[in-house]
Amino acid sequence: MIGLINKQDYTVSEFERIERDLSGSKLAWVKAIRKSAMSRFLKLGFPTRRNEHWQFTDIRPITEIPFKLGMKVDFDVTRAREIIAAYPFGAIPSHQLVFVNGNYSPELSSLQGGDDFVVGNLATFLETDLQDVVESHLARYADVENHAFTALNTAFFHDGAFIRLPKGRAVNLPVHLIFVSSALHEPLVSHPRVLIVAEPDAQAAIIESYIGQNGEITFTNSVTEIAVGENARIDHYKLEWESPKALNIHTIQVQQDRNSRFTSHSISAGGALVRNDLNVIQAAEGTESTLNGLTLLAGRQHVDNHTTIDHTKSHGTSRELYKGVLDGSSQAIFNGTIIVRPNAQKTDAMQTNKNLLLSERGLVNSKPELQIYANDVKCKHGATVGQIDPDQMFYLRARGLGEMEARRLLIHAFASEMISRLELEPLRVSMEVFISNWLVSDRRDSSDVETE
Amino acid sequence: MLEIKNLYAKAGEKEILKGINLQVNAGEVHAIMGPNGSGKSTLAHVLAGRDGFVSTAGSVLFEKKDLLAMTPETRAREGVFLALQYPVEIPGITNTYFLRAAVNAIRKYRGLEEMDPMEFLPWVREKAKLVSMDQAMMSRSVNDGFSGGEKKRNEILQMVVLEPKLAILDETDSGLDIDALQIVAKGINALRNKERAMLVITHYQRLLNYIEPDVVHVLFDGRIVKSGGKELALELEKKGYGWIEEEVKSARPVSVA
Repeated sequence: MIGLINKQDYTVSEFERIERDLSGSKLAWVKAIRKSAMSRFLKLGFPTRRNEHWQFTDIRPITEIPFKLGMKVDFDVTRAREIIAAYPFGAIPSHQLVFVNGNYSPELSSLQGGDDFVVGNLATFLETDLQDVVESHLARYADVENHAFTALNTAFFHDGAFIRLPKGRAVNLPVHLIFVSSALHEPLVSHPRVLIVAEPDAQAAIIESYIGQNGEITFTNSVTEIAVGENARIDHYKLEWESPKALNIHTIQVQQDRNSRFTSHSISAGGALVRNDLNVIQAAEGTESTLNGLTLLAGRQHVDNHTTIDHTKSHGTSRELYKGVLDGSSQAIFNGTIIVRPNAQKTDAMQTNKNLLLSERGLVNSKPELQIYANDVKCKHGATVGQIDPDQMFYLRARGLGEMEARRLLIHAFASEMISRLELEPLRVSMEVFISNWLVSDRRDSSDVETE
Repeated sequence: MLEIKNLYAKAGEKEILKGINLQVNAGEVHAIMGPNGSGKSTLAHVLAGRDGFVSTAGSVLFEKKDLLAMTPETRAREGVFLALQYPVEIPGITNTYFLRAAVNAIRKYRGLEEMDPMEFLPWVREKAKLVSMDQAMMSRSVNDGFSGGEKKRNEILQMVVLEPKLAILDETDSGLDIDALQIVAKGINALRNKERAMLVITHYQRLLNYIEPDVVHVLFDGRIVKSGGKELALELEKKGYGWIEEEVKSARPVSVA
């Protein structure tokens, strides 16, 4: 029974036994990080709905399903290849790194030439002379103290990606990290870890795709740390496309230096239970953060987006727009925190959350949290939940469009604002195709995770 | 082409139309005038099949078919077009895309081949010139951020492109300055021919200076109380609607509680 990860197995002795096989187990600093994260996790425990940041998301499936650590299980490369081939964004030209159940797959990865920067799997870099760079950034940003899943990931991560953009380097092709969850025989868990370090004036687009096969029960608990150096620019894409029975908890922690730009696109179309924590700290003056989100839900899918933008210094700008399309009895949560610290004068922050309910059983919880401690700032927020507009429906039908077609067109129109923001053209084009297919698909109640 | 017999209809809970009788033949342009609240827009919406406007008695035949039994899209596909008084904004759908979707929905219904973008774009560009609409407006979202005049021109463009058999224009002239009015009138006149009928609903006579009607009807309290030639419109312009009210009251016994 090696590596069983269910509630009662999260013990110090189990951890110590598993830890020996994790990457960097011979490095004192890695051991220290893991150990303190584990002890923090044991203090925090899994969050319950009594915790206000988890009040709408019941994580019991995670604690009640006996997940086995994915790194302990051999994976089938052919099968993983098929899953990638079926994925709408699997063929986007990129520097591609593939992980299957948390294990790096060199066979499925392909690093294109031409762009001169550091990219590869994290476990390897823990054994190179770059480990100093890794050490100075890894687990320095993500919050182990208060976030149980981040602590759990920090204790148990085995592999993931390390990307370092040298000063002034603009990478032409996007970096595409594909995390395949494939659990044919038993539920599997993985704890991928991503570290992105952009030195001053560097620029790159990074895509993280989480994908899986229909019907398979997997749990992915990811942590991504991004350090955006002075005047650097990072575009980050998180695409959640896992099995409708998959569980996905992902924390993205971003640290922005002076005059840097960070843009996030978070699109969730897969998974049964998805929780995205996106925390951006504007650590210096003049930073720009743009957070775009789109959720397309059906059946019993549940997506919980928690974002925090922490304006700590002056002249920071943030623009946030999250949209949700909910069919079936799906549920979308949006919790957007904006903090403006006393030193963050001239902050300009705007947050919007819009939701379109396609059925009467869909549920939206939208909660803005503005904490403003400076006086010379502009902060706006707004949230809407609505159904298809009957006047728009009539207008389209009065011009000859059938009811179904008119409806699809209006849903598409709602989502298209987010699609048009995708700056990577191949991604935008594929997304258009995906949305069109999604709109005509038979979205039955396919997502279903037993909690009893 | 259009035969309305003793039509009663409600807007929401309120009875608005109280026995409309009207026959419009191919090639004719009928103006329907009347004071605010007389039922002009309700008539337009009942004919187009908008939710919330329900006929309670009477019948409407369009080319001998029961118009009221059809869905809004079937009416459009059969050749009925309503230019709305308040065109709806649809952010996220470009004007060109919307027009092509509409044209193809109707072509498909009529057994014609759908137009692909390569074929459609130059064709619609020509049509757009008629209402002085430039390429930039065609690439914008439907009516999104359009001025009042631009929205009305867009309605006329849709009509020109969809080539209906019966066009119902609901207060298309309202809120237009004289330049926009002339553009709109030019578009409407370009469509006049002996196969096509038009129902021009308006509060003012102004539009009828540009679009000469064959018949003018006065709608009052849900009924057509007077019909005549184009000179009736001029008379209304001069004298207002007050005298119509007087005429109706003296002709109809008023029940006193």
